[in-house]
Amino acid sequence: MTDMRTVFAEEASLLLDEDPLAAVVLAEISADLFAEAAARHPGRVLDVGIREQLMVSAGGGLALAGLHPIMHSYAPFLVERAFEQVKLDLAHQGLPAVLVSIGASYDAARAGRTHQAPEDVALLDTMPGFAVHVPGHPAEVPAVLRGAVAALAAGGSSYIRLSAQANGQALAVSPSLQAVRSGGRAVVVAVGPMLDPVLDAVADLDVTVAYATTVRPFDRAGLRSLAGASGAVVLAEPYLAGTSAFAAAEAMGGIPHRLLALGVPRGELRRYGTPADHARLHGLDPAGIRRSVTGFLGIVLWRHHAEVVSVG
Amino acid sequence: MRTYADLPGLMTMLTGDEKHGPSATSTLDVLWVLYDRVLRVSPDALDDPERDRFLLSKGHGPAAYYAVLAAKGFIPESWLPGFGSAGSRLGYHPDRNLVPGVEISSGSLGHGLPLGVGLAHGLLARGLARPRVFVLVGDAELEEGSNNEAIVYAGAVGLPNLTVVAVDNQSSRYGWGPGGIEAHFTVGCWSATRVSGRDHSALAAALGDRAARPRLVVAAVQGNAS
Repeated sequence: MTDMRTVFAEEASLLLDEDPLAAVVLAEISADLFAEAAARHPGRVLDVGIREQLMVSAGGGLALAGLHPIMHSYAPFLVERAFEQVKLDLAHQGLPAVLVSIGASYDAARAGRTHQAPEDVALLDTMPGFAVHVPGHPAEVPAVLRGAVAALAAGGSSYIRLSAQANGQALAVSPSLQAVRSGGRAVVVAVGPMLDPVLDAVADLDVTVAYATTVRPFDRAGLRSLAGASGAVVLAEPYLAGTSAFAAAEAMGGIPHRLLALGVPRGELRRYGTPADHARLHGLDPAGIRRSVTGFLGIVLWRHHAEVVSVG
Repeated sequence: MRTYADLPGLMTMLTGDEKHGPSATSTLDVLWVLYDRVLRVSPDALDDPERDRFLLSKGHGPAAYYAVLAAKGFIPESWLPGFGSAGSRLGYHPDRNLVPGVEISSGSLGHGLPLGVGLAHGLLARGLARPRVFVLVGDAELEEGSNNEAIVYAGAVGLPNLTVVAVDNQSSRYGWGPGGIEAHFTVGCWSATRVSGRDHSALAAALGDRAARPRLVVAAVQGNAS
C-alpha cells in the first residue's frame, strides 16, 4: 500500500498541474517526491534547504503574492520549530496556508524525541481558525488535501497530519463525526488511525464508535447527538491526551456528562522501538484502550483461565 | 502635497514630542526617499498587482513610517494623534490588517526578509516581473537567525526583484566585523552598496538601481538614533 506521504506528494503534484496558484514549499524533507513536479513548475515548488523558519515565512510571502502555499515537513520541524512563523507570518498576517506534516506522534519511534511532536495539534489550538485534518488511511489523503487547498481561496488555513499508522480500510472523508457502529453506554471518538485499535478494543462493548478525520473545527453537534442519553464520551486521539477535551466539554456543555480523554500522555517516554511499542506503552493499543474504556464505564472483566470471557 | 519638511510636524502629531528633527529617527530619510522617489505605489491602487511592495521588517518606532504614509495620502492625518490608543489603527508595531498601504504586520524581528523572499518568488511565479520587493531591516535586527536563512537562500536562487535596505545605526550588540553588514550578504549573488542614510540623492540612486540579482543597500546613519 502506498503510504500517506507518497499519496500526498502525488496529489499535490496533480494540484500543481491543475491550479496555477498552487505552490509547495519544502525544507529538504520529501524533496525527492516532488522532483518531477519541481521540474515542471520550478517557480512554484521551492526547496529552501534545512531552513524551516524560512519555509513557513516564504510560504506566507507566496500567499502575499496571491498564491496558495502548501508547506510540508516532519511535524516537530513544521509546527514546533517554526511556531512563531506560523503564528505571525500566517495567522497574524491573515495569510492562509496548508501545513502538511509527517511523523505524527511516534511514527519515528526509533528516531527518538527529536522527531516526535504529539503536541502539534494542541499547539495549533492556541491560534484561532486553523482547520485540523487527521486522515486515517492513505486513500483519504487526496480528498483531505483538495478540501484544504480549496479552503485557501476563502482565507482558511489547514493543518493536515499524516501518519505511517493507518486503518485497514478507508472511509469517506467528512467534516462531521461518522458513526461506524452504535451502542448505548458511551460514544468513543476515534481520530484518524485510532479507528482500528478502537474497534478492536470495544468489539464486544455496547458503545458507539464515531470516526473523525476533521478535528478542527470539532463536530460539537455531532458529538452531542451521538453521546445520546449515556452522557459518556471517550476521546481516542493519536496525539497529546486531552487535546480535544475542551471541545468535547463545550459540546456537552449544560448536559451532565463524563469524559475520558485518551491520547499520548504528557511526559517523555524516553524509549526507542517501534510505533507499536509506543502505542502499547502509551496505552493506545487495543488492550490499553480496552482497559481504559472498561474502567471508565465500570465494566468488570471476569477472567477465567487467563481469558476474558464476559464483559458487561 | 506634503513635503519632507512637513514630516517633523506629522511625527509630533503622533507622539506629542516637540523635538522631531530628522536625526531623531534612523529610518525617516530612507522611508521618505522610498515613498517620494522610488516605490511605484499609490493610495489609489492599494491592491494593484503591479505595485512595488515595501515591507517594514523593523516594526519598532513606526512614527516615521506612519508620518510618511500620512504625508503620501495612504492614511488620513486625523489618525495620527490617537497613536497607540485602543481606538487607533496605528499601534507601536504596524498591522497590515488595520493600516492601508502596510504590506506586512511586523514587530517581532527577523520576519520581514523571509516573508519578502517568498513574496519576491511569488510575484515572479505569477508572471509579475516588474514589481520590486523592498525590505527595510535594522542592523541589530539582523542578529535574528531567521535572516540568515533568507539571505543565503535568496543569494543562491538569485531573486532579481528583491532589495534589502539595512539601516545601520551601529546598534548590533557585537557588530558585524570589519566587512560590515555587507560581508554577511556576499554569499551567492547578492550585490551590496553602502550610502549615507541621510543623503537623499545617494539613497535614491542606490535604491532605484535595479540589479539583475538581489541587492543590499546599507543606509548608514549616526549611532544611537532609534
